[in-house]
Amino acid sequence: MNVVAKPEALKPKDYASDQEVRWCPGCGDYAILRAVQKALADIGAKKEKTVFVSGIGCAARFPYYLSTYGFHTIHGRAPSIATGIKITNPELDVWIVSGDGDSLSIGGNHLLHLIRRNVDVQFLLFNNEIYGLTKGQYSPTSRAGTRSPSTPLGSVDKPISPVAFALGAGARFIARGIDSMQKKLPDVFARAHAHKGASFVEIYQNCIVYNDGVFSNFTEKDVVANRQIHLEHGKPMIFGAENQFGLRVADGKLALEVVSIGEDGITEDDIVVHDETDRIMAHMLAEMQGADRPVAIGVLYCDPMASYEEGMQGLQARAEKQAMTHDLNELLRRGHTWTVEDA
Amino acid sequence: MSTISTVKKEVPVDAPRAELESAVVRFAGDSGDGMQLTGGQFTLATALAGNDLATFPDFPAEIRAPAGTTFGVSSFQINFGSHGIKTSGDSFDLLVAMNPAALKVELKGLKQSGIILADTGSFSDRNLRKAGYDGNPLEDGSLDAYRVIALDISQLTLDSVKEHGLSNKEALRCKNLWTLGFIYWMFGRKRKATTDWLETKFAKRPELAAANVAALNAGHAVAETSEILDGFQGFAIPQATISPGQYRAVTGAEAMAWGLTAGCQLAELQMVFCSYPITPASSVLHTLSTMAAFGVTTFQAEDEIAAACAAIGASYAGGMGITSSSGPGVALKGEALGLAISTELPLVVLNSQRAGPSTGMPTKTEQSDLYQSVYGRNADSPVCVLAARSPADCFDVGIEAVRIATKFMTPVIVLTDGYIGNAAEPWLIPDVAEMRKFPVNFEAETEDFHPFKRDPETLARSWAVPGVAGLEHRIGGIEKDYDSGHISYDPANHQKMTDARFAKIKGIADDTPPQKVDNGPEIGKMAIVGWGSSYGPISRAVDNLLAEGLEVSHIHIRNIWPLPKNLGGLLSGFDQVVVPEMNNGQMLTVLRSEYLVDAQGINKVTGQPFTIAELEEGVRARLGG
Ligand SMILES: Cc1ncc(C[n+]2csc(CCOP(=O)(O)OP(=O)(O)O)c2C)c(N)n1
Ligand code: SF4
Ligand SMILES: [Mg+2]
Repeated sequence: MNVVAKPEALKPKDYASDQEVRWCPGCGDYAILRAVQKALADIGAKKEKTVFVSGIGCAARFPYYLSTYGFHTIHGRAPSIATGIKITNPELDVWIVSGDGDSLSIGGNHLLHLIRRNVDVQFLLFNNEIYGLTKGQYSPTSRAGTRSPSTPLGSVDKPISPVAFALGAGARFIARGIDSMQKKLPDVFARAHAHKGASFVEIYQNCIVYNDGVFSNFTEKDVVANRQIHLEHGKPMIFGAENQFGLRVADGKLALEVVSIGEDGITEDDIVVHDETDRIMAHMLAEMQGADRPVAIGVLYCDPMASYEEGMQGLQARAEKQAMTHDLNELLRRGHTWTVEDA
Repeated sequence: MSTISTVKKEVPVDAPRAELESAVVRFAGDSGDGMQLTGGQFTLATALAGNDLATFPDFPAEIRAPAGTTFGVSSFQINFGSHGIKTSGDSFDLLVAMNPAALKVELKGLKQSGIILADTGSFSDRNLRKAGYDGNPLEDGSLDAYRVIALDISQLTLDSVKEHGLSNKEALRCKNLWTLGFIYWMFGRKRKATTDWLETKFAKRPELAAANVAALNAGHAVAETSEILDGFQGFAIPQATISPGQYRAVTGAEAMAWGLTAGCQLAELQMVFCSYPITPASSVLHTLSTMAAFGVTTFQAEDEIAAACAAIGASYAGGMGITSSSGPGVALKGEALGLAISTELPLVVLNSQRAGPSTGMPTKTEQSDLYQSVYGRNADSPVCVLAARSPADCFDVGIEAVRIATKFMTPVIVLTDGYIGNAAEPWLIPDVAEMRKFPVNFEAETEDFHPFKRDPETLARSWAVPGVAGLEHRIGGIEKDYDSGHISYDPANHQKMTDARFAKIKGIADDTPPQKVDNGPEIGKMAIVGWGSSYGPISRAVDNLLAEGLEVSHIHIRNIWPLPKNLGGLLSGFDQVVVPEMNNGQMLTVLRSEYLVDAQGINKVTGQPFTIAELEEGVRARLGG
């Protein structure tokens, strides 16, 4: 009997390139890199089929540190380049890595259209609420009042919520993670990878140099349990150090409110069960900022539909079927032609 | 459907016709009068009659201009004759004015004692006022310098189609075919191709086909039987000497779409054409969008930046990325072009130039993006630039662009303009199956691979496409180490890479034909140097001047960058170098800076192509000095 040896499964470290990683020591990007390498190993990603595309920024250095194919492009345009790659070769497994400035300032338009078209890629948005690479100016996700080199008296403009933006653009997969969430982050990436179509993942990433601790209001050890809710499809949305809190739809409103289980006669049955396919629910979850209601972590929304490439392939097949000819020479001779005879 | 007709070499028998070497006809009417269609049919009949020809449509800028207004006039011009027709003609011999606005707009282009065919049925007080006339020019003697055929074409058309039971509106729509029939008689054209075409077009509504054919025949009969002008028996235009073979009429936009497709087929690559709509570039996108069955993928992006980037992504993934726009859109693509230069990926950027700056005059023509193409980027970022000279030439330039882009792993900018894109000329249809292929060899060797390994001859880097195990690599816009392709900030390395990029583009000149003199002596008094769509008028002007005995030569440059290697030497053989351009002197400064030659410009930026006459005049003025 002929036994074909199964190729050795790749380990996370096999996805690391030989390049020295050059982020600031303590930068949240390191943790995300580790989680991505673990996710690639978990899903058994083929290096040769995998392409990481990025724009410009600290986050966008990502492709250099992986042993897959990588394209470090220009500021904000990674979604467009990735779209070109996917319409040319839909077989490739494309990941996009982007910062909050890259994806929501200069590249906001392209992200919108990548999502709207539902191009089958994973889009990872490293949100540190700051422009890291250009030394700390405020970004479109910075909270109003952020002091930075370009806003010494505090910024005036209101921040955009990446997740709400993605929902508005029509995303069919939305998840959220935190750099420090080493155990769960690879699973979030694996879920994004499994989803056909544009998968949008926001990762809160600490910039230790220019915006250290911006997320501490919901990531510090002592508040994690009460200020974060980790979603699971089909499970009631319960959180808290002792699972003492839950979410339910507020009376007469389309918003979630926090209730204490066991108080005022509230039981687990009153708590809303997370349904990933519920778009309205996803909007309500996106609204939660941590102060009065916990920040939603995990898969907020997942409801697949046909990807852009599938649509394009369908059109291609139809066009080929309808075409009167596939021969360019013949096409050039269609319609009115005339022949000049030898004199 | 294909219709093949044969041009027979025959002697015209209708003897009393006045023989002309060539003629220019301009059809002008309201947007709804079907002038483009009429012009198209006349073109076909003229080609079948064995004349050489060139045409140009002139559309109103407004999408749906109000009926009867001067800015709603739609025109179509054709120049045809027995030899060397290279432009759609300066001024016209016959003006067809379907309404007062058309007369008002177009009269200035009519030759002295030229013929006007006007539909009196549309010269109502209301229409006259809309066109800005106080009185009726057909009656007040103001057209005495011309020969006027004033007929109530509207009524004659209604009479001719009466028995076909159309509504009044539909019946009036046959006016253009009545007029066409009339003009067919004037120039001795056959009606068969048009009646065939009508029968196919209206196959589902035979009564419309019959009515239009009746109108065509009626117009023809009226011209034939009535004394339309004193002693006028119609014109005869001898056949041109045309190389034998199968022909079609082709616009620049079609030829470019087909040329790029042919180029990708010869390179054995999938074409990925990414664009964002803009006048006058959109017609190429429209043509290619119907060509999915020929290995063409089209992508309408959200903007020009995305279009350029998607094309770069396509090339990165192993397709032939092509992006197309007009000057303002190409400006947006600038940064992406830099990425393609830095990552040394093949890319074709098509620029259908239009009058600028900014929005400028979108429907008018200009060749003012030469600086933008050659110089218009940050840093030292050389690319290859080619320019097409005529509608049919777009086919060859499209192929050449793909060949150079893939052979040298570089962006190639292709310049056309609104004039070339919309104009049509007869085209001896090439045999694509007989063309020399230039298949791309993707990198396959994993041993010692790095992405910036170069071909020692062309200096092109190796093209390694995702999907191949063992060739995984990272590239980007950061400077790369010459020997490993890794990121490098080393000063000496940047010098070396900059030099390599420069040398690679310069080396394209070793792979492209040397500059030839198009017409006239190789050494002499004056070289007239042109590029792009001014080829037609310059070529004809030089022809005429040579015939007058003047010593002039025509040099037409297709390879804008790098310039042909022998061009400097060639120019030094002339006492004077004159550069006519539809811009303020862009090729002029390139030539002056490259060759230290004391070249002089003839410049025109009116949104209109050069006329032959103004070029002749400009050259004479400079020869005299
Ligand atoms: C066209 C262009 N404009 C500006 C820049 C400068 N620039 C580089 S990265 C960046 C912002 C990066 O912020 P973000 O996307 O949040 O990434 P981070 O560095 O925080 O990871 C800017 C403004 C550039 N590289 N290109
Ligand atoms: S500047 Fe901030 S985001 Fe950038 S590498 Fe340093 S810590 Fe990370
Ligand atoms: Mg940032």
